[in-house]
This record gives sequence, structure tokens and C-alpha cells, in this order.
Amino acid sequence: MITSTAWVIITAILVATSCALVGTFLVMRKMSLMGDAIAHAVLPGIVIAFLLTASRNTFPMLIGAGLFGLLTVWLTEALSKKGRIFHDASMGIVFTTLFAIGVIMISLFAANVDIDQECVLYGEIAYVPWDLWIWRDTNMGPRPVWILSLVLVINITFITLMYKELKTYSFSPQLAATLGLPVGLIHYGLMGTVSFTTIASFESVGAILVVALLIVPPATAYLLTDRFHRLLLLAVLFGITSAVGGYYLALWINSSIAGAIAVVNGLQFALVFTLAPRYGLLGKYLAGRRIQKADPVLVSYPTPK
Amino acid sequence: MDMKTSGHPANPPLEVHDLTVAYDQKPVLWDIDFELPERSLTAIVGPNGAGKSTLIKAAMGLIPASSGYTLIFGKPLDKQRHCVAYVPQRESVDWNFPISVMDVVLMGRYPHLRLFQRPGRQDKEIAMNALVEMGMDAYHKRQISQLSGGQQQRVFLARALAQDASIYLMDEPLAGVDAATEDVIFLKLKELRDRDKTVVVVHHDLQSVPENFDRAMLLNLRMVACGPVSDVFSEKNLQKTYGGRLNILSQMIEESRQQRFVREQDS
Repeated sequence: MITSTAWVIITAILVATSCALVGTFLVMRKMSLMGDAIAHAVLPGIVIAFLLTASRNTFPMLIGAGLFGLLTVWLTEALSKKGRIFHDASMGIVFTTLFAIGVIMISLFAANVDIDQECVLYGEIAYVPWDLWIWRDTNMGPRPVWILSLVLVINITFITLMYKELKTYSFSPQLAATLGLPVGLIHYGLMGTVSFTTIASFESVGAILVVALLIVPPATAYLLTDRFHRLLLLAVLFGITSAVGGYYLALWINSSIAGAIAVVNGLQFALVFTLAPRYGLLGKYLAGRRIQKADPVLVSYPTPK
Repeated sequence: MDMKTSGHPANPPLEVHDLTVAYDQKPVLWDIDFELPERSLTAIVGPNGAGKSTLIKAAMGLIPASSGYTLIFGKPLDKQRHCVAYVPQRESVDWNFPISVMDVVLMGRYPHLRLFQRPGRQDKEIAMNALVEMGMDAYHKRQISQLSGGQQQRVFLARALAQDASIYLMDEPLAGVDAATEDVIFLKLKELRDRDKTVVVVHHDLQSVPENFDRAMLLNLRMVACGPVSDVFSEKNLQKTYGGRLNILSQMIEESRQQRFVREQDS
């Protein structure tokens, strides 16, 4: 029998792994905040799915959120392409509007909607062990663990199959297009997996902390490696250690688990940013010292005798 | 794989017809029409803002055109992308991206691979050979930010070589490279032409055109002239392209005439 502590840690690890995988591509494509935008803009999709099915069934919610995630991406690009507006401003307009519509829908239909804004924003991972999936009178374990496992399998499959396409696209969308790679499929495929990952992680860590898990572990890993596959693995490693570390930190100081996970993320980043051998502050300082000692001016222009 | 069999032999490798590009309703390229034969090395020249880069980007379908179309061996571009290698300006990509020189060159093999397929040993051999050709094989494990500007340009060219295309479109491959790299690149361009390829280069240095290219496209929003360098590189055409800055131009033409004269005497 798996204890409730173990279920919470498993959930946190699943969230962190999924987020780190798709987050790496977002960060390297320089679209980190698209994760933020999607995490907020999927709210109306969730509420609509809720109202239509009148249940907390996850699959309609995943579909609703997925559609609104892609709508966010499409609207952001359409606005900045067609009109006189910058890409980031366009993103800000689209996601805040959609999120606000979601919030209004919740308050309008509060009687029928069994979700509150607190839960959407902050999540509550501690309740996971009691959110059980009962199938034909059998207790299958916590429902979020099943959903998150499914999303992780989707993410891993997508990245494994499309690895070279995703890598090239992150490097340069233009180059990917001239090489005849299916740029549209890659882009919307990536945005689709970000949407699924976000909504599946929602309930446990909330919309804000999803963003931390999408961005911080890949950004930390990027300070340590020059190879893309290592970047992915390191990002996952940082994600998982922050999940486990965050749980015990929360236990220790008796605080919110999701909050503690994000704090550990931030600590990991600060540590690596300071100490990384090549791209950290210390590494840069030491490299500077070596160059000063070598003194290129004296090397190239030796003093005449 | 023989690319040339993919089109009818009578069709020229590269045709662009009625190409007009506009940004915010202001045309930046106006009714461009040209065909380029096999075994040719063409320089696209023109003043800043003449639309040189825009021309090859629009021809590659990277920016939307108001009108016009590109044919590769008589077929639409989308079916023939593997035949065309495009070398973007060096500044257009992020050189801090965490990949190695080899990874970049291997991307040249992707048009030959199916969706989901990973590059195999043969692709790695081809990529390595391309690096050897550009004198960059010793750097294959380097992260791309640890290269000089000239080395980065060589890696870009190695990527295009690995693609084994029929048509090469290059956006200022000689911008900001040192003399040694310039020599290597010019040599490679001529070699590609001699291997029956169609090579098109956006070029900023008028002076080196007569010596190194056999065709030129003089561009200033419209096509001023397009053809063999000896035909189109006249004072009248250059003045039409560059406007009033006659002094430098006539001086240059004089110089290049003298160079040709000296070379003819030498031979």
C-alpha cells in the first residue's frame, strides 16, 4: 500500500518532469512566457468543459484547456502579424482577456461550478491522495497521478519522435522552414503539449507555480551545459530534486508544498548562477583572473630589451 | 540521390516570376522576374535597402509575397525544398544555443530524412566530409558560440554542403569574415558551380564581383539588370542601381577593367 506521502511526492515528480521537458523547448525558443500565458488563458476552457459536462471529469477539461491553449497561441500570433502591435504585448492582451473571461464565468456560474479561484491559482497537492479514481468499484489510486502519467507519456513520445524537428525549430524556425521541416506541426504540437501539461499540473501546483516549473529548471540547466540532450536531462533532474526537496521543506517549515517547490527551484537557480564553472558568476570571475594574469598586451607586445 | 532527375531537364533550376513584396503596403521588391541556369555563380548586388535579402527570403517562401511564385526545376518550391540549400545571415540565429558544430552541420541532412527519422552513420560521414571541405573538422565537437565569425560562416556553409542540394541561396556569406576565410569561401563557391550547381550569393563588395562571379543581378527595388557579369556590369547599369554616387563607381569600374587587362596580359 502506497502511503499518502508517497502519492504526493509521486505527483510532484510527475508534474516537475513533464514541465521540465516541454519547458526546455519553450525556454530555448525564447517563448518562456508563452507558458505563463497558456497557464492562465486555459481557464475559460476548463469552465466551459465544466458547465457542459456538469462534472469534474478530467478529459473534457483537458480538451477544453487544450483548445484554449492553442487559441491563445494563434490569437497572439494573428494579432502581432496583422496589426501594429509587438508580440509580447499581443500575448499580454490575449491571455489576460481570456483569463478574466474565465474568472467572470466562475463567479457568474458559481452555483454550478465546483472550482474556486484559489484552487486554480495555487493548487493543492496535499489533497491528491484523497482524489481517488474509482473504476468498477475498484480503487485505482489517485486520479491526478493517472492523468499526469498520461501527459508525461504523451510528452516523452512527442519529444522522442520529433526530437530533431523540435531541436532545429528551437534553434531557428527560419532554418527549420527552409529545411522543409513541418514547422506548423512542430509549433502547434509543442504548444499543445504545453497546454496539456499546464492543465494537468493545474490542480496540484496551480497556474502560477506551473510557470516556475516550466521555466526555472531549464534555465538552471542551461547554465551548466552546451549540449541539448544534456540540457533536457539536467532540467528534468532539477525539476525532480526540487519536487522532492520542496515536499520536505514544506513539511519542515509547515507551509504550502507547491510554494516550497518553487522556492527550491529558485534556490537551485541562485546556487548554479553563482557557482557554475563556465557560465556562473564564480566561473566568469576566475576566467577573468586567468586572463589578467596572462596579460595579452604583454604577450603580444613583449617589452624591448 | 540525384536531384536533377526530379524535374524535367528543359526546366531551369531556379525561376522566380512576378515577385512583389510589400511591408505595410510599401513595396520593397517590385515585379522581379528571372531564371538562372545550371552551373552558374550569381552575385545579387545593390545598395542598402535594395531588397537583396528580401529577394532570396521571399523566393524561399520565408516571408509572404504580395504576388509571384518560385519554380525549382519547373515544380513548386514546397515539393522541391530538399533541392534548395539556404544559408541565412550569420546574425539570424542564436549562437549561444546549446549545440555542437556537428549538430548544426547534421541539420543539412534533415531534408533527406523522413519525419521522426534520426540521422544515421552515413549522414554523420557526409556531415564530417562537409566539415573537412570547409577546414572545420577539428572543431566538430565545439559548442557553436566558441567560434569566430569566420568559423561560424564556414560551419553554415558546411551545413549547406551536407544538404547536397542543386541550388544554393546564400545571404551575405562573406560579411565580416577575414581574408583567409574569404578565399576558402570563394573557392568553395566556384567549386560548387563547377559541380553544375546553381549558386546565388547576396554580396556587398562590388569590387570582387567581376573576378569571382560569372553572373550578376543588379537590384534596387526593381531588377535593373540580370545576366553575365561582362554584359550587365556597365557604368550605366551600376549608376542606375546605385544612383548618383558616380565617382566611386566609375573609379571602381576603371580598376576592374585594369585588373582584367592585367590578367589578360598575364595569360
